[in-house]
Parts: sequence; structure tokens; C-alpha cells
Amino acid sequence: METLIFFLFAALALGSAIVVVVHRSPIWATLSLVLTLFCVAVLFVLLGAPFVGALQVLVYAGAIVVLFLFVIMLLNIQREESAHAGRGAQLWVALVGAVVFLGMLGLGFWRGGFPAVGPLTPESVSLKALAAELFSRYLLPFEIVGLLLLVAVIGATVAARRPGETGSLEAKVGDEEAPS
Amino acid sequence: MTSELVITLAKYGVMFLVFLNVAPIMNWVERRACAYIQDRPGPNRVGPFGLFQPLADVAKFMFKEDVTPAAADKVLYLMAPALALLPAFTTFVVIPFGPDITVAGEAVRLVVANVDTGVLLFLALSSLSVYSLVMAGYASNNKFSLLGSVRASAQLISYELALTLSVLAALIPAGSFHLAEVVAWQREHVWSVIPQILGFLVFLIAAFAETNRLPFDLPEAESELVAGFHTEYGSMRFALFFMAEYTNMAALSALGVTLYFGGWSLPWIEYPHNLLGGILGLATLVAKIAICMAIFVWVRWTFPRFRYDQLMRLGWKVLLPIAILNLILVAAMTLAGWL
Repeated sequence: METLIFFLFAALALGSAIVVVVHRSPIWATLSLVLTLFCVAVLFVLLGAPFVGALQVLVYAGAIVVLFLFVIMLLNIQREESAHAGRGAQLWVALVGAVVFLGMLGLGFWRGGFPAVGPLTPESVSLKALAAELFSRYLLPFEIVGLLLLVAVIGATVAARRPGETGSLEAKVGDEEAPS
Repeated sequence: MTSELVITLAKYGVMFLVFLNVAPIMNWVERRACAYIQDRPGPNRVGPFGLFQPLADVAKFMFKEDVTPAAADKVLYLMAPALALLPAFTTFVVIPFGPDITVAGEAVRLVVANVDTGVLLFLALSSLSVYSLVMAGYASNNKFSLLGSVRASAQLISYELALTLSVLAALIPAGSFHLAEVVAWQREHVWSVIPQILGFLVFLIAAFAETNRLPFDLPEAESELVAGFHTEYGSMRFALFFMAEYTNMAALSALGVTLYFGGWSLPWIEYPHNLLGGILGLATLVAKIAICMAIFVWVRWTFPRFRYDQLMRLGWKVLLPIAILNLILVAAMTLAGWL
């Protein structure tokens, strides 16, 4: 039963991931991305990590991709614009990226082998255990990630301002959103 | 394993029947209540007090012509209404609807999905509901529909944060994502609405925005956008959106009463741990949901609609800071041992 579910959702995730890359319509690509994320969340649940699965759907499928869709619809992109770099250049970049990625994966497995993982116990996947680890042993990386996200938010706010423009961002947003 | 599966299916069946009946009943309640508020009789011809009006409506929906616009994206257009029902009929699986009971020597916990991540599952599934709106608006290939969809997605991101933060604060005293634990905590201490009145107000306002109800029904504002994202939908397809809206309202009401008003329990009353207790628990939960739904209707026919920039400002500049403040307050109170 679980094996069946695994193969069903793994195939669905791969299939929809291919649609994300290949499809010409940005809306279709984005909606396929949602399906991919959802299937990966199901795989997380099968691995005994329902918390990660729920977060995956809540944060990625539920919030971030909605933002993607919002931008696509606001800009009203109907078809993929022809990329500035030609198709050939794109292909080469993709190939180099794929080789680097596979090399890194291979290196990881070559160095570490396939570590034998013991069966998951309710204790090892409980939320309490996760929180205890996150807020004690991994506290510094956790805080650094938080700081990094803050920097990104501030950076995006600054970048959204047009150069040479004075006045608060709020006034600008207010002007744009006022009903005509 | 098989008996476990049967019990789970039975529990889902009970909840499904409850939530399936929400839409037709609310159809009647909404029209009669709005008529009452506007001082007119409302639908009162079909059956006693017009009670059979929803049945007549269903018959009408069935026999209407099903039109698909020629310029629509056919696949997405047909998928959107079906997808609208998916979150509506899955989120309630984490809502507990009675005490732990023993039936025929089998201990049963009255919640469909007895999982640690309870509330997170609810939030995750309900956050997917925006996709049906977006798909409907985009696939219709209609300017009004598209505008409705854009509004829906922007509105959802703005209000989901405040909603999630207020839900998180409500979980802190119980120390668990499992809603049954939250109810147990409230039975031992006090209904969470009293120490967390701020959080409850944020939850209430965000719930109106999440379900696209007036005063926040911008995605379908009929005076500006015809009917918003479902402009191009008719017959049963429109009925599915209609049904999803009311079922979502009921599911969010169920979450609200479970977090802030003791869920299936009443203070100082202990239900028996058998089938009767289960039925009483379910009845209590349904009664509390019904009160919430009445408030939804009352608000809809009393308040004017927000303007779009006001809606955004309220979400980001008022609700979000209040929700964060509430979170810090509740955490501090719990640490100090007051809760």
C-alpha cells in the first residue's frame, strides 16, 4: 500500500516537474509547480515527517507560489517571451548546471556511501525532539538564517524604490493603489 | 488495521454529512436573514417558511445549460470548481468533535485524523483553496474574472499571516498542535477567548477575509466586477463554488470555536464516555458552528464593503502587528505561569 502510494506520487512529482520546465504558458508552469510541491509533501509524510510535509504545503504551495501567480497575472504574461540569450546558450548553461549538480550528488554518495538508517520511531520524528534540537544544538545557524531573511526583506524593499526617488515608500504605494 | 480503517471512514462519514448539509441550509438562512434585515419577506413560497427553496434551487441548477466560453482554457476551466471543494471537505478532519469514547469495547478518539500536526494540516489544506479561485479567473479569459483572481491571491497572502499567528498564539498554553489537547486545556482552565481576546479579534477579521465574505468579498465584488472570479460560471459549476464558500466558512468556524470557545465541550459539564457522549459532543460543536455562521450572515448584511487599498492596509499595518503583539503577550503569560 505505502509502496504504491510512493510510486504514484513520485511519478506525479516528476511528471509535473517536467511540465514546469517545458510548458509555454507561465500559469500552467506555476500550477504544475504547486502539484510538484504537493507530491513532495506527500513523500515527506510517507517518510514519517508529517511536520515537514505540512510546512511544505503551507509555506511553499500556500504562500510563495501564490505570490508567483499574483505577479504573473498582474503583469499579464500570456506566453513565454523569447529569452534574451539564444536557445543554444540556454542549453549549454543547463548542461553545465546539470553536470555540476550530478557531480555534487555523486561526490556526496562516494564520500558518505549509503548510510544505513534505522527505523523511524515516534520519538525521533516528534515535534518536541525537532524543536529541542533546533533551539539548542542548531541555534546559531537558525539565528543566522533568520538574519539572512531579514536582510533579504530589507534589500527587496530598497530595491523596489526607483533610484533618486525621495519620500516614503508608503506614499508611493498609496498613490498606485488609489482607485481611479 | 481494517477495523481502524473502518472507524476512520465512519468518523469521516459523520463529519462529511454534517458539512455537506451546511450549504443548502445556509442558502435558506442567508436569504431569509437578509430579507429580515432589509424588512421584506424573502423566499417563503416553497414548503413551510420556504424551507424547500434550496431543493428547488438545486433542481434549477441541474437543468440550466452548462456553458463553456469559447476562449476559455478548457482544462483549467473545468478543474477549478472541483478543486474548490477539495480543501472545503478535507480541512475538518483535524477538528475533534467529542470526548474519547468506548463503543463495543473499542476505544475511539473522536477526531478523523488523529495526528500530531493537527492545526498545521488544517492551515496547509485551507491555504490551497486560493488556487481554485485563481484558476477559475485565469481560465475564464475574462477581464473581470482575472481582476477577481488577482485580488483573491493578494488578499490571501495578506491575511494568512495574521490568521496563522493568531492560531499559533492560541496553541501556546496547551503546548500542542493537536486540537484535542487544546480542548482539554480549555476544559481544565478557561475558554481561550478570555485571556486571548486580541488574538480572537484578529482571527475573526482574518477569517472573514479568508472566506471572501463581506466586508472583504473583493474577489467577487458584484458592483465592480460583475461576479468576480466566477463571472463565466453557470449552472452546477457555479453551485460548486457556492457550496465551497459555505463549507469553508463552516470549517473555519469549527476551527475558531475549537481554539477559542472550548470546541465540542461545555464548561462544568462532563459528557459520558460512550456513544451518547459522542452525539452530545457533536451536537455542541454543530450548535457553536451555527452561532458563528449566523454572525457571518449578520455581518454580511450590515457592513459596507472595504475599498481594496483599505483592505491591504488593514491586513499589513493593523492586523499583523496586533497578531505579533498577541503572540508575545501569550508567550510571556504562559512563561510567567499565568495561563
